[in-house]
Amino acid sequence: MRCADFKESYIKDEEIFQSLFVKVWIGVFFVFLLVFPVFADPYVLYIANMIGFAVIAAVGLNILTGFTGQISLGHAAFAGVGGYACAIFITRLNMPFWFALPCGGFVAAIAGLIIGIPSLRVKGLYLCMATLASQFIFEFFFIHWESLTKGIRGINVPPPMIGSFAFDTEKSYYYLTLAVTILALVYGRNLVRSRVGRAFVAIRDRDLAAEIMGISLFRYKLTAFAISSFYAGVAGGLWVCFLRIVTPEHFPFHLSIQYLAMVIVGGLGSILGSIFGAVFMTLVPEILNVVTGNLRDIFPAAGKLFIPLKDVVFGSLIVIFLIFEPRGLAEIWRRIKAFFLLWPFSY
Amino acid sequence: MDILIQILITGIATGGVYGLIALGFVLIYKATSIVNLATGAFMTLGAFICFTFLDNLKFPFWAAFIGTLVCAVLLGIILERLILRQLIGEPIISVVMVTIGLAIAMQGLTTIIWSSEYRSFPEIFPPDPLDLGFSVVPSGLLWGFIFALAGMIFFLLFFKFSRTGVSMRATANDQQAALSMGISVRRIFALSWSFGALAAFVGGIVIGNMSGISIYMGDIGLKVLAVIILGGLDSITGAILGGFIIGILENLAGLYLDPIFGGGVKGVAPFFILVVILMIRPYGLFGKEEIERV
Repeated sequence: MRCADFKESYIKDEEIFQSLFVKVWIGVFFVFLLVFPVFADPYVLYIANMIGFAVIAAVGLNILTGFTGQISLGHAAFAGVGGYACAIFITRLNMPFWFALPCGGFVAAIAGLIIGIPSLRVKGLYLCMATLASQFIFEFFFIHWESLTKGIRGINVPPPMIGSFAFDTEKSYYYLTLAVTILALVYGRNLVRSRVGRAFVAIRDRDLAAEIMGISLFRYKLTAFAISSFYAGVAGGLWVCFLRIVTPEHFPFHLSIQYLAMVIVGGLGSILGSIFGAVFMTLVPEILNVVTGNLRDIFPAAGKLFIPLKDVVFGSLIVIFLIFEPRGLAEIWRRIKAFFLLWPFSY
Repeated sequence: MDILIQILITGIATGGVYGLIALGFVLIYKATSIVNLATGAFMTLGAFICFTFLDNLKFPFWAAFIGTLVCAVLLGIILERLILRQLIGEPIISVVMVTIGLAIAMQGLTTIIWSSEYRSFPEIFPPDPLDLGFSVVPSGLLWGFIFALAGMIFFLLFFKFSRTGVSMRATANDQQAALSMGISVRRIFALSWSFGALAAFVGGIVIGNMSGISIYMGDIGLKVLAVIILGGLDSITGAILGGFIIGILENLAGLYLDPIFGGGVKGVAPFFILVVILMIRPYGLFGKEEIERV
């Protein structure tokens, strides 16, 4: 416990940024996020964009898995639905980008509602299986519903336009990603401290008790699925517009696992954790890439090892975190903070 | 009509292999309540180990086969001791994610050791197809089916008659009662993982023999989920029967629905079936009906 930390009202207790120090530090960080692209090269900006997409999807999945306790092994499929919907709205219906993106999200939310229906009947392991199956079924439709998705050739998407301004470089796109990510985070953080968020947590902790206390499981479970898929759909749409092409290969089962890994490594049931997890799981492969790249000069064989080595590290990270730190990076962060707050008298 | 019979025979033969792999899932689930999503990676590893014994070390097939089985047992014991024992009683998401992480790491390691190239298995069985009079069974399918059947019969007899098999069933039934009867539950857990790995390794060898080996052959492991859900997660009979049903349905779907959807139905059909079963009868044909409803 921190010294002299008492609150006089619930509103104070529920504040997101509790001290002046945190507010200043968030402000400084925000300014840094705004300024750093001026000095960064395109590769760093590319990674920054990828982190943004990952953060959006991870926050969405954390709302479903971390807060509501419903496992989804098919989140990449929702991102795919959002991405495809966004691309089709832009190319076929000539919708403006700013409108197509949320519409793509809504289509993904509808897909999430449909996949969420089994969660009303089965849970735990069986829900895992249902979402896993839905991942493969959606992939099948991406490939074989050719009249809509153009099959494996994919759909080319023009760069997003707002008014007459085109987001066609990494730098300009970065600001777009940043804006959407911040919106997603603000909404997510506020959602989980509202009535809806508390209902989610109640369902996670004991669904029968929640039902008895008057929380409609039907309504809130489906809400969680819809919100979570909306996030995934928006992340998918943003990603597709960034790549300017969408093919079925962009949304494999592996991506679903990656999203879950972000949520677990970051910390289940913590918005901050989702950010940590998304940043961490996006950066680790890139760091590995640099390391094997440097090793290649010494051992020429190292270059070929990069892709399998990435898998080994990725898989081991999941296992190691689940065994040694099941509450993820968010818990490590909390411990570090507590150490400095209480130093030197930790008892 | 001819083609229908041919498809049915192919379905039964692949179904046998599915049944064998499904056994690997069921053996582990019965004892430890963990669904081992790393089964696909186990299969790939088994096929590659057997391949190394045969091709690089020039072992005769029986020696290579036994060598592979020994590796399976060792792998099962090591993984159980190091990783999976810590997970007993953890929430389902942790357990599922650990086995998935394990699968990804193992697949990466397999690629590092053996590279991702496609290889054809050395010829270990006589290549003549079996002529049934009204139809012909290709050699690969035939031997795959024989191996799968032998594996199933072995496990069925083992659980029925051997002391270890009975104590494994007892552990699955009630851990505390088993403990008080002097059964070492820890040893049973390690054994279950060894047996699960064993079934997956044999499945890998059989599939490798049928269609060659590459690191992507593990994808079949996910299809087999449909088999175990259909048969019931904790039922050996269910796994075997479910294997045949899914094998036949998948091939029939490939025959009749592929022209409509333009291919690929065979791969996704088990997942459709999986969703349908989950909606209608989540505990499967023979599973224990203890699923918690909300």
